[in-house]
Amino acid sequence: MLHTTCVTQLASPATKMFARIVTSALFAGATAGLLIALLQYAFVQPVLLHAELYETGNLVHFGAAPISAIQDVSGFDPMRDLLSVLFTMLTYCGYAMILVALMGVAEERGADITLRNGMIWGLMGFIAAHLAPAFSLPPEVPGVAAADVLLRQYWWFATVATAAIAMWLIAFHFTMVGLGAAIVLLLLPHIIGAPQPAEFTGPVPTEIGALFASRALSVGLAAWVILGAFCAYFWTKEGEVA
Amino acid sequence: MKTTAATMTLEDQASASRTGLASAFFALILGVGIIAVTGHVQAAALHDAAHDVRHATGFPCH
Repeated sequence: MLHTTCVTQLASPATKMFARIVTSALFAGATAGLLIALLQYAFVQPVLLHAELYETGNLVHFGAAPISAIQDVSGFDPMRDLLSVLFTMLTYCGYAMILVALMGVAEERGADITLRNGMIWGLMGFIAAHLAPAFSLPPEVPGVAAADVLLRQYWWFATVATAAIAMWLIAFHFTMVGLGAAIVLLLLPHIIGAPQPAEFTGPVPTEIGALFASRALSVGLAAWVILGAFCAYFWTKEGEVA
Repeated sequence: MKTTAATMTLEDQASASRTGLASAFFALILGVGIIAVTGHVQAAALHDAAHDVRHATGFPCH
């Protein structure tokens, strides 16, 4: 009897809930992050390396001679590419921590978390964390002109936060007031405006810049849907164990 | 007696919900902290190591 009491005291509801969130988020973030890193390596990294040839001046757009659009940028750089894998996994562990925490709150309020609607959670996460800021600050190819990085980061965090609140309102407060507030929150950062450069100085061809933004967003969409599904899967799995 | 039991249950539920919210809040702060470190802190070593990921993930990088 004494033993039972001790165990109960050790695993308080708050500890159990926190452990469940962190455990499922780490599993989801690490596994999804690994897949996402492979997608980025295959589809985004070659475009980035191509752009860097112009950023560093190895290739010059509108220079004396025409430049071939096909450049060899293949090759595995162990330090650089493995660090990218590591940081992708860490980044998506961070996102998973936020997503699973919100799933936990939603579940306490009566929402069902399943593998299928986990993908919708991921889609909402993509809209909040990737698409909403990209509407005014598109994914940047190296070498583009941009405003002060600190100002852009403030704007990025504010935009992601307001878009995330908007997604929550659309999902869980589907009323005229909720939808109205969501629309205002989604539009506001773009009406205020993102910090933009005073002049354009980017040496990279627009074709590469456009392909990079398009690839980064598309891989981001796939990434978030995978992350949402994995978060829901590990969250419900950890719930069964508890 | 029955009323007391019912009240206790409601209180327990409210308390459980509060602890759940607190746990979720701390996990959320931890998540934002991780994103800030991997995606936003401008320290040179971190920036260089995370450079490609920051561009590919759409974070403001330079």
